[in-house]
Order: sequence, then C-alpha cells, then structure tokens
Amino acid sequence: MVEAFIPKTINECLSLLTEKDLQIVAGGTDVLIQSKSHTSMLIGFKKDVLYINQIEEMKKIYEDDMYIYIGSTASLESIKDNTIVPILLRNTILEMASPAIRHTGTLAGNIANASPAGDSLVSLYILDALVEIKSLNNTRLVFIKDFIKGVRRIDLSSDEIITKIIVPKLVFTNCYFKKVGPRLTDAISKLSFGGAYSVDGKRISDIRIAFGAVNIFVVRNRLLEERLIGKTVSEIKLMIEEIISWYEPLIKPIDDQRSNKEYRKEVALNLLRSFIESLN
Amino acid sequence: MAKISFKLNDQIVEFESDLNRRLLDVLRDDFNLTGPKEGCGEGECGACAVLLNHEIVNSCCTPLANVIGQEVITIEGFSKTKRYEVIKNAFANTGGVQCGFCTPGMIIATESLLNKNPHPTDFEIRIGLSGNLCRCTGYNLIVEAVKEAFKVGEGLW
Repeated sequence: MVEAFIPKTINECLSLLTEKDLQIVAGGTDVLIQSKSHTSMLIGFKKDVLYINQIEEMKKIYEDDMYIYIGSTASLESIKDNTIVPILLRNTILEMASPAIRHTGTLAGNIANASPAGDSLVSLYILDALVEIKSLNNTRLVFIKDFIKGVRRIDLSSDEIITKIIVPKLVFTNCYFKKVGPRLTDAISKLSFGGAYSVDGKRISDIRIAFGAVNIFVVRNRLLEERLIGKTVSEIKLMIEEIISWYEPLIKPIDDQRSNKEYRKEVALNLLRSFIESLN
Repeated sequence: MAKISFKLNDQIVEFESDLNRRLLDVLRDDFNLTGPKEGCGEGECGACAVLLNHEIVNSCCTPLANVIGQEVITIEGFSKTKRYEVIKNAFANTGGVQCGFCTPGMIIATESLLNKNPHPTDFEIRIGLSGNLCRCTGYNLIVEAVKEAFKVGEGLW
C-alpha cells in the first residue's frame, strides 16, 4: 500500500525525506502520466508519495540586486506572467505545454525530469541558472549544467529536494528562443534553439548560444562563444560558415518517433545561421 | 485513507479517500460529475478540463492531494452562471459544437481565458484554447464563438 504525505512547510518536507524514500510530486503533470495505471484506479506510484504543492513558501518568486529566485512549486504560468523573470525564460515557457498544464506544472519539475527535450533547459543553460537543493542539514547550489547528469539523471539524493531555481539578472540587447515541434501546444520538441547577445557600441560584449534535443545534454560551449566576444557584428557575420563548422560536430541528434537525426541537425544549424544573421 | 476537504462547485465537500487518485476519477466516480471526460488521459486533449482556483487545469493529471483546501469548478458548477449562458449561446449560434465531447473542456478554457483577458485577440484565443482538441469543428467556429461570447457578454468578465 502506497502512502501519501502532504507537508505544509519545507522543514516538515525535509524531515520526511530523511526518514523515507519518497516519490516527489509537485504539479503532477509529468509524474502522473509516468505513473499512469487505469481509469478509476489508484495512480500507479511505485513508492510512497510526497506532495509538495501545499508548501506555500516554495511558491514564491522574488528578486534581489543580482538574482531572480523562483520557488520550486511556482507554476509555469505564474513564472511566465511575472515581469521580474528574464524575457528569454518567459518566452520559452510560452511555448511549453498548454495553459492547463502551465497552471500546475513547475519549472523545477521540468528540470528534475531531465529529458534532453526539456524545453526550459536551453534558456536556463543560457542564463547560467543555479538550482538550490536542500536536505535537512545542508543547502547547496549547483549550476544547471552540473545538475543534469544524463538522460533522466540528476544530481539529487533521496533526502534532498529542489527548493529554488536562481537566475542571474542578465540584460541582453536581444534574445531568441525557438522550439521546433509538430504543434504549437503540447508538443515535445524535435529540437530547440536559444540565443542571446549584448552589443556595446559596435562590438559584441556577450553572446550565448544553446541547442536542445540534439544531444544527451543541452549543447552550449562558452569557449566558442568567447571567440566571438569583442568582435563587431559585421565581423561575426563574415564568420558565419566558420561558426557553423564549430557547432556542427557538437550536434549529435538521434532518430526517434518525433524526428530523425538528419532533419534535427539541418534545422539546428539553420537556426544558428538565422540567429547570427539577425545580430544587429 | 485520509479526510479530504475542498470547495467543489460552490460547496465545501468533505469525504474519506485514498490520496493517490486523479481528480478526474474523484469527480466522475465519487460525485457523478461526468462533464469532465477522459479523452487521452495524458493532458493533451483538454476534455477533462476543470477550473482550479479559476484557472484551467487537466483533471487527468491533477492529483487529488493538490486540490485539498482549494476551489474546483466543473462544467456542472459553471453552468449555473451568467457567463456560462453567454458562452453556451455563442457556441450554439456559431456552430462551435458538433459531437460535444470536447465542449465542456472548450467552455472551461474559454472561461479561464476571458477571466484573465476579457478582450483577447484572435491569436490569444487560439493560445487560450490550444490545449483542447476538437475533431469536428476545425476550430475556426470555436474561435468565432469565443469572439461572440466576449462581445455579447461585455462587462461580465
């Protein structure tokens, strides 16, 4: 018999995680489907369940001088609608799931799911987001790129929980996110692309480029980006074929029911080309 | 088993239940509210849509535990409102209903949209209804219905 726990505070939640091995459920929009049984039957959870959606202190979204803090049970829709959240992340969430799912699904859930096709990951990699993880006796911060350890593998032990996503306050001249899917809503990405840059005078002072669903991890390479920093926009545009050749070996998509590797690779590199062409 | 309490269609309900159930099954099996339907059972079709704290959610992927102390409105509860009358008439006038299976979800999606944005553009309507599938109407008639609803119902949202 599977038991269920509904803590009201983070401390209560952390105590339960220390004592038991629990399936964490926030909005439930992924976990309920992964644990689907049959109509009118109990949800097919394999272990006892920890429902965290009633913990009010984990719903908050707030800021200080340096960072935006997004509580791990804040709904995707509440993040999308909050003007303190970076526009790149808000635009990304607009392309995720559907209004109904965004009202209950969470950003922490999308991260913890650790799917290579997770839509929010591209933007969170670009923004160098941090994941705040708590256990009863410890709090630690991990960069998103270190938190994701593989397909459905994350840096989280059974007594820990994600409490916040922390996003540095970065201001870009322009940013862009594109999801390629069969349908605007409720589609799992064939691939996705994100880009952001800042121009200082005529020169690029920062540029960030990331691809989703074309490798096990989100593809982002700071060393390649740094080769472009300090150059003028027109210099970079002349390098377009060279830039594509840097990224080409990093794009290693797979064939699956949603798309094939040839399509994914070609579209990913086309999106990179169009992003570089759009710099101004 | 746990004691559960939440607000359902304007009434506080209290009952004993296992917590690990989908809201959809609780509504249909325990309360005989069969307006929310199971289409895909995976959150993709919107036939099971209900309002949770006045926002659309899919009851097939909402656990019962998450509605404790919250407010749930199904199409049955919503059908007692003036807003429903306006939306229903608009769907009927424009031909936004054919087989009717998606209609409770479409009406819930319309209410959720207009409650937040009383004067949506065509694009905003399509985004608002984008989680609800209809296999009969081709959607244009439903978009027309939403436009008629907020014009006729001016001031209700």
